[in-house]
Amino acid sequence: MYVAVKGGERAIENAHAWLAEERRGDPAVPELSVPQIREQMSLAVNRVMAEGSLYDPDLAALAIKQSRGDLIEAIFLIRAYRTTLPRLAASNPVNTASMLVSRRVSATFKDAPGGQILGPTFDYTHRLLDFTLAAEGEVPAAPTAPADTQDVPHILGFLDRDGLIEQAVPNDDTPADLTREPLELPADRALRLQSLARGDEGFVLGLAYSTQRGYARNHAFVGELRIGQVAVEVDIPELGFPVEIGEIELTECETVNQFNGSKTEPPQFTRGYGLTFGQTERKAISMALVDRALRWRELGEDFTGAPAQDEEFVLSHCDNIQATGFLEHIKLPHYVDFQAELELIRSVRAAAFANLEAAE
Amino acid sequence: MKPLFTVRDLEKRYGSRIGCTDVSFDLWPGEVMGIVGESGSGKSTLLSCLAGHMTPDQGQVHFDGRDVLAMSEPERRFLARTEWAFVHQNPRDGLRMAVSAGGNVGERLMAVGARHYGNIRETATDWLGRVEIASDRIDDRPSAFSGGMQQRLQIARNLVTGPRLVFMDEPTGGLDVSVQARLLDLLRGLVRKMGLSAIIVTHDLAVVRLLADRLMVMKGGRVVEQGLTDQVLDDPQHPYTQLLVSSVLQV
Amino acid sequence: MTALDAYNFAYLDEETKRMIRRALLKAVAIPGYQVPFASREMPMPYGWGTGGVQVTAACLTPDDTLKVIDQGADDTTNAVSIRRFFQRTADVAVTEETEAATIIQTRHRIPETPLQEGQIMVFQVPIPEPLRFLEPRETETRRMHALADYGLMQVKLYEDIARHGEIATAYAYPVKVEGRYVMDPSPIPKFDNPKLNDSPALMLFGAGREQRIYALPPYTKVESLDFDDHPFVASKADHACDICGATESYLDEVITDDQGGRIFVCSDTAFCRSRQEDAA
Repeated sequence: MYVAVKGGERAIENAHAWLAEERRGDPAVPELSVPQIREQMSLAVNRVMAEGSLYDPDLAALAIKQSRGDLIEAIFLIRAYRTTLPRLAASNPVNTASMLVSRRVSATFKDAPGGQILGPTFDYTHRLLDFTLAAEGEVPAAPTAPADTQDVPHILGFLDRDGLIEQAVPNDDTPADLTREPLELPADRALRLQSLARGDEGFVLGLAYSTQRGYARNHAFVGELRIGQVAVEVDIPELGFPVEIGEIELTECETVNQFNGSKTEPPQFTRGYGLTFGQTERKAISMALVDRALRWRELGEDFTGAPAQDEEFVLSHCDNIQATGFLEHIKLPHYVDFQAELELIRSVRAAAFANLEAAE
Repeated sequence: MKPLFTVRDLEKRYGSRIGCTDVSFDLWPGEVMGIVGESGSGKSTLLSCLAGHMTPDQGQVHFDGRDVLAMSEPERRFLARTEWAFVHQNPRDGLRMAVSAGGNVGERLMAVGARHYGNIRETATDWLGRVEIASDRIDDRPSAFSGGMQQRLQIARNLVTGPRLVFMDEPTGGLDVSVQARLLDLLRGLVRKMGLSAIIVTHDLAVVRLLADRLMVMKGGRVVEQGLTDQVLDDPQHPYTQLLVSSVLQV
Repeated sequence: MTALDAYNFAYLDEETKRMIRRALLKAVAIPGYQVPFASREMPMPYGWGTGGVQVTAACLTPDDTLKVIDQGADDTTNAVSIRRFFQRTADVAVTEETEAATIIQTRHRIPETPLQEGQIMVFQVPIPEPLRFLEPRETETRRMHALADYGLMQVKLYEDIARHGEIATAYAYPVKVEGRYVMDPSPIPKFDNPKLNDSPALMLFGAGREQRIYALPPYTKVESLDFDDHPFVASKADHACDICGATESYLDEVITDDQGGRIFVCSDTAFCRSRQEDAA
């Protein structure tokens, strides 16, 4: 005889105990430490910080360990933790022009003040599996040079000085905060950029790629990509001046895009912008391309129906925590709804068969 | 008798460019007015302003004594689905392509509160008949229809609630000549039988000769000539109208 | 296990709860209207009840008695998980008895036992917009609600009858609230729709991922959309419960063998058990 299912609570406990065992893997293999992940899986840590919207490499590394390397799960852990944190202050805007750059490249000028700095990049590596890494040997030290502490001016500033690119008009309005207010559409550019900055790398990459393949093509060049440390400053009202509270690593991408103009206005290049936590340049470049595609209305372009132009489509679907939750919820029991559908389809089929018989 | 629709000093600009300007007229119950001109003459802009799809910069529009421009959005939309109708040039703009023919005709009835499935279906069947669509096509989608059938379906969908004023934007554009003739004939019959007032925008003088009591000729956003249709077409006064009429005759 | 003791009562901080309560008050003031709210990331996934959990957290007091059900049952895994969350973060009393609960969080069902004045039902909502699958754009659906432009919804029902002979919506069956807003009642089977009408309990709906809250104050008029000649029918499987014999409760169909054998049992497990106990 059937008995109503009981024991959900024990099932959950057992499943979680098993999960913990699987997370540890073979106990004969030494356990990963959080500092090891933070130091040796740093690009994974960066992605978790960027999409988790929380700059804390140790917590991100912990989340990666806890999630068994499932980065979206790790991002989720960080997001859920982030919500519970009190908001003590808002920093002043960071100044990326005074970034201590570790990488800075421009695709539009061969050289520029500040120079091209390749930095620690996979670019130009040959993608051959390196079996010496399997041997866990020591890495020879990389050559060093004294750091240049001069400000590195933005490449797009040179175009701006000549009026060749649209002006990025400074705006002192406090931007809306996606994590404190519901997303309202249409969204302004600041809100769109916030949403893209925490958006899923794969999703934003796919959209950016689609613009390159002709779905709202906007002819992007990487005007400048820079990665480095910037100081974070907070105004302390009691002191009356800003205080530096720390440094964070950022990736900033500015694209130079197809020009725009009319009979009355001379043509100018246009801009796309990306800014992300850590060394996450694939994401920053993608973000800049999608930002530019979303600006069609403001720049007087046509809406071609391309997904990357469709603000509501992009913003509603770029968050991987929302997406994964809703996708995975279809694993939850739906048998009440399914039962209702069963009854309906039986009734509709019965009526259809009755009609067929009557017709014969 | 009072005019049904009055327009005074209507103007719409796009920046410094004139869309239409200085347009005034009265439309009487049961009267059909044609607006002709070549593309860029402002006739489509004028129709958009009259039908409430666009807000004019200046002027007044009254329908049955009510100030249309002062109406709230819900009021205007209610008017648009009850006493007004709009027939688009492209039936795809005026139909729901994923909804059956019956659903397309029924939508306006349901939007004004019809809640009896059998009655809605009966009315839809009746209207499909009036526009010469076989009743066994009632559950087919418009995508399975020919261009002429789609246009007739759009007309049925618009007229089912018995509107008093119909706006038509090139209703026969994009159709074959033989199909056009049949549609015009149908339209003329419906307009006369229902006593509709209508404003028809077209570049085709044959359409207005058949349907319109009165004619307004537009050029560069302005009305250059208006009068009774036969009078304007047979004895055009303005050089532009003369050109328009002669160019048609030459073809 | 993560220690939840360090968190505020019912997990959310007081500022966030206030924000949610403001949205709830607005929702109660405009029955059926979807109020945007700044949904927070919760320690459970979007789509798994984060909206309901936030609404419950904002309503919960230490004196409350909480019941959590999923598919009508108290012991389904997600119901267990949410109930444990509030036991750990709010240390409130919990119950499986509908009569004893002051707050009932639910996914997909309304209990069979009639609700009473003073009780709060909290529904978990995946897609709050009843027009969403007719019109994907939020900007457009909000305009349609503002103008009460619901012809398209009725067209959908018309198309169902034209094609299937009846309205082919079995759950999340749309309702009209006080003659004004069309509302998604969450994916409850249409069998439960009549329980929404004129209910003595306060009904609150939370959609976390979609950032919307809406409400039915007690004794609100809630009508299921239909046609005069195809009236709404609150249908269920035409059986009695094989365990308790109830004929008026919503039933789950359970497959018992691979020969097509099946039985029907109450989806509301607490209701079924109390009937068994009464019979014993």
